[in-house]
Amino acid sequence: MSLYPGLDAPKPPIYKRLWALFFVVFVVLSIGGTYYATKSVDYIWRWYTVPQYFFYLDDVEVLAEAEGIVASIEPAGEESAVVIRGADGEQRYLVPADGLRVDLDQFVYVDDVLGSSQQWKSGLLIYGLWITLKVSLIASVFALIIGVATGMARISNNPALRWLAITYIELVRGSPLLVQMMIWYFVIGALINKSIAGWGLGPVPTIWFGVLSLALFTGAYTAEIVRAGIQSVHLGQMEAARSLGMSYGEAMRKIILPQAIRRILPALAGQFISLIKDSSLLGVISIRELTKITREVVTTSLQPFEFWIVCALLYLILTFGLSLLVQHLERRAI
Amino acid sequence: MIQARNVNKYFYVPQELHALKDASLEVAAGEVVVIIGPSGSGKSTFLRCLNRLEYADSGEILIDGEDLLDPRAEINRLRAETGMVFQSFNLFPHKTVLENLVMAQISVRKRSRKEAEAKSMELLQRVGIGEKFGVYPEQLSGGQQQRVAIARSLAMDPKVMLFDEPTSALDPEMVGEVLDVMKDLAREGMTMVVVTHEMGFAREVADRVVFMDHGVVLEEAAPGPFFSAPSHERTIAFLKQIL
Repeated sequence: MSLYPGLDAPKPPIYKRLWALFFVVFVVLSIGGTYYATKSVDYIWRWYTVPQYFFYLDDVEVLAEAEGIVASIEPAGEESAVVIRGADGEQRYLVPADGLRVDLDQFVYVDDVLGSSQQWKSGLLIYGLWITLKVSLIASVFALIIGVATGMARISNNPALRWLAITYIELVRGSPLLVQMMIWYFVIGALINKSIAGWGLGPVPTIWFGVLSLALFTGAYTAEIVRAGIQSVHLGQMEAARSLGMSYGEAMRKIILPQAIRRILPALAGQFISLIKDSSLLGVISIRELTKITREVVTTSLQPFEFWIVCALLYLILTFGLSLLVQHLERRAI
Repeated sequence: MIQARNVNKYFYVPQELHALKDASLEVAAGEVVVIIGPSGSGKSTFLRCLNRLEYADSGEILIDGEDLLDPRAEINRLRAETGMVFQSFNLFPHKTVLENLVMAQISVRKRSRKEAEAKSMELLQRVGIGEKFGVYPEQLSGGQQQRVAIARSLAMDPKVMLFDEPTSALDPEMVGEVLDVMKDLAREGMTMVVVTHEMGFAREVADRVVFMDHGVVLEEAAPGPFFSAPSHERTIAFLKQIL
């Protein structure tokens, strides 16, 4: 398993078992210790409150919109069609058959419940997870495009392109992401929204400023990774491609970049895992992603321990999923 | 086929170096010219100037009458017409052997995939590795890789083939198979310029041997007179060292 097998004398079998045991003991003690600490400060764990924030049964009621008499009830598939005849004529409602709460000839008033049913609905945490996933996915695609383009501009012969790339990279890497998000939303966003309001257009949805800030931030780091990847491909590859008559662009696209991307996959994976985690800052520009949602949930449920742990686990699922995907790509690329 | 007159080339990195000093060379169609010389003599630089992998700083280079140093020259077509074989093969490691040969044929020579594949298979047969078309370069021996590289250049139907120390990176037992392919090419009338340390090849195949030292073409002669009666003292010293 070692990267350098054979450089040191082989270890006895007990070596591996002993340290494996150490690992297990360490993990168990850490978790157990934390649990014990929470007990000693009288924290009451209520894990059963968690699932309803993923999925919950919602009561859906069908209400009468006008008063009148129930003129007929007829089955219509899994529902019943209820017709109410009032002073303003007849009205027809579809009510779940097993949740029917009125009888024939009964008089109903406005807002009386005609029938009710229970439906599964996704909770707040699922919503937050979806927003985080959506923002991260869109921003990743843009970041990759920006990164590859900037990485290539960075090594271009054209001074304007090169300096633009360097300026962008240094500018973005030199200030905190949180500040950049503020600028995108409160400065640039405000300017854009005010300008297009002049042309009679509505404001740009906030989520796009979030996507932009994340994509440009990650793009700058990606650009440097891409540049290093391109430079790591042997010069002879470009020479061979050009000597066959390929143009610079074609050689870059078909020969250099495919090799470069393969080499930088692990570094890229790290960058895009960072992007997923950085999206947790988007709460400050009122995008309701996972972290912001968790904050809301904690405020209402008063169970911070459970929900922050769940929040962290949900991020772990996303990042670990990406990690597995990249490992798969890496294996396939060889 | 090739006329290079008074070619000068300077390098500034890592230090200033006048790599080619008024180097001139004429190669007629069908001729095989071997360039020899000590390392650092500028022979590889000179060869690389002939398809503009290095841009000569001054002088004139004509390939079949076309001015290579004209900034408006159709450089991609000219490069396709002057095949280049490198010391380190430079096959594309992420493509199969067949794809290595096919790619540029489609995009540069505008052949259909079918046409390009047929041509590639024929060339792979010719260099003796027809059955290996589906494997990746790293699965081949050095000698096989270099033969694929030669086939890749030939696929572009070049008018001239340039060889930059094609056997220097090979294990001794693989040198022969590459030289055999090159000898076949020479026999079929391909115009070739070869930078090499293989004196046996020069003696057997070359129409002319050129000796370079410190960026200057010192001597050129038919292999017979060149090896038996070299005229320049540095040629004599060099030949003494390596033979």
